[in-house]
Amino acid sequence: MPGVIEAADLTKVFGAITAVDRVSFEVREGEIFGFLGPNGAGKTTTTRMLTGVIPMDGGSARVLGHDIRREPVQAKQRFGVVPETSNAYVDLTAWQNLMLMGELYGLDRNRANERSRDLLETLGLYERRDQKVQGYSKGMRQRLILALALLHEPELLFLDEPTSGLDVQSTQMILVLLRALNADGTTIFLTTHNMEEANRLCDRIGIIRSGRIVAIDAPEKLKTAIDRVHRIEVSFDREIAGDLLSGLAGITGAGRTGDKWQITAEDQDTAIRSLVSFSRQEGLAILTLNTLAPSLDEVFLRLTGEEERL
Amino acid sequence: MNPAGTSEQIRRAWAIAKKDIRIYYLKGPVLIFGIFMPVFLFLAFFMGGRQLPLAFLLSGLMGMTLFFTSTAVSPAIFPWEGQAKTLERLAACPVAIETIVLGDMIASILFGIGVTAVTLLIALALGLGLLHGIVLGSAVLLAAVCFSALGMLIAVPPTNVPSNIMMLSSLLKFPLVFISGIFVPLEQMPAWGLYLAVCSPLTYFTDLVRYSFTGAHYFPVAVDIAALALFTLVFTAATMHLHRRTMPRRM
Ligand SMILES: Nc1ncnc2c1ncn2[C@@H]1O[C@H](COP(=O)(O)OP(=O)(O)OP(=O)(O)O)[C@@H](O)[C@H]1O
Ligand SMILES: [Mg+2]
Repeated sequence: MPGVIEAADLTKVFGAITAVDRVSFEVREGEIFGFLGPNGAGKTTTTRMLTGVIPMDGGSARVLGHDIRREPVQAKQRFGVVPETSNAYVDLTAWQNLMLMGELYGLDRNRANERSRDLLETLGLYERRDQKVQGYSKGMRQRLILALALLHEPELLFLDEPTSGLDVQSTQMILVLLRALNADGTTIFLTTHNMEEANRLCDRIGIIRSGRIVAIDAPEKLKTAIDRVHRIEVSFDREIAGDLLSGLAGITGAGRTGDKWQITAEDQDTAIRSLVSFSRQEGLAILTLNTLAPSLDEVFLRLTGEEERL
Repeated sequence: MNPAGTSEQIRRAWAIAKKDIRIYYLKGPVLIFGIFMPVFLFLAFFMGGRQLPLAFLLSGLMGMTLFFTSTAVSPAIFPWEGQAKTLERLAACPVAIETIVLGDMIASILFGIGVTAVTLLIALALGLGLLHGIVLGSAVLLAAVCFSALGMLIAVPPTNVPSNIMMLSSLLKFPLVFISGIFVPLEQMPAWGLYLAVCSPLTYFTDLVRYSFTGAHYFPVAVDIAALALFTLVFTAATMHLHRRTMPRRM
């Protein structure tokens, strides 16, 4: 099955800066794809090229089967965009903004009314629908532009940092909605700085640094890929000697912090099995057993902090 | 439904025009450059030039009104929308750049025709007799399209500072008014003035308006209309082409 987004060697040059440098990736149908990278890495520029807002200087992109340069209108008809900066018409009310979008996407009036009501109710804006967007708070604007992007029931949704600067409630509301949309089959391309969000939400993650893709994989695989040495935290109901643990198969070291043992292991699986059989032999009860994978933050810092390699 | 089809795109251009009408008609600069300026310009002239017949003055006023009003809205929309980032919204919507330009032109055309209709009513109330209604109607329609395309053309430089474009547009519009036979009849112009006058679309429109009210004209009516139509085509084609090229630089 062809990808919903197929980017091949996407390139964008601004004067002396190559903002996006031969970026290639594929987003599959039905997945949530996270696009991560430090400030200025080229996330927004990539998103803008994929959504046909700015032309690319090199490479090509197919979105929902349409070449975004040759058939932009057909592609745009089928996806929705939540851009980096809120861009509803502030001189119009929320309702007027939605009606405008309805007309720009060719929805018939009844359908537009119905969808607008549902979306505004879901996003907690229905009571404020006749107020000019001028008077909206940042969180309300962000929820509104999400509603504007969803009005025509797109098959694919692009979001550029949709939750940046929002409070917990607004963030939660948006994340819940994104999950529900995805469960109903919407493919999501999400740019974010928030590792926790990416970790919980995304099926796969692409990391971009200085305009280049440095890794693409599932979050858990990215985490294990960067650390050859695994860490396990374990505690028992009785005191034991440390050298007993470090001698076990698969375990390379054991140190004590508080009432827990910090184990380092070459191979996580073997180490856990030997811990379990060790405790059975010794008649110990395991109180806690945690595998300490590196956080996505660490993965991110490691991948984006490395010296420029050629 | 083919979203990229012409009829669908025209329908969407109308949606853009309605949005423009809601938002931009009442913006300060539009009112100042579109309505107050021509009124004051005309009043100043009216006080000093009483020896000219009323029919000449009023048809000049109508020419100037349509010119100022239909170039008032169109140049400002792109910079405003670029500044407010709403242009990025339109760019991500399933509308061609030509559709956006057309929508802005429609809003500009309607503004021009609306205000000019008011001037016409005032002229009629002042006792001016209309001799050729159909010619006047077609001239207003054609010229409104022509001037709004000219307005869009002024907005081609991809700046997102509306006042820059307003300045540029005044720099272009005021000289045009003076060479277009509004204040000085073409018959009384020196030769070099006439050379300039034929380069201005406003000349042909003013000539047509004068003909509609007085029966007198400088160029044959058919020449006036053909010249206006040619300017309209060239301006419209040029503005669509150039905006397609500069639009990405506004983002
Ligand atoms: N319109 C533009 N003109 C010139 N340079 C630009 C333009 N847009 C982006 N850039 C440059 O391209 C690079 C990538 O910018 P981009 O906005 O894509 O980064 P980003 O990954 O979205 O960053 P952030 O996390 O801060 O949003 C930056 O160096 C930026 O300065
Ligand atoms: Mg960005």
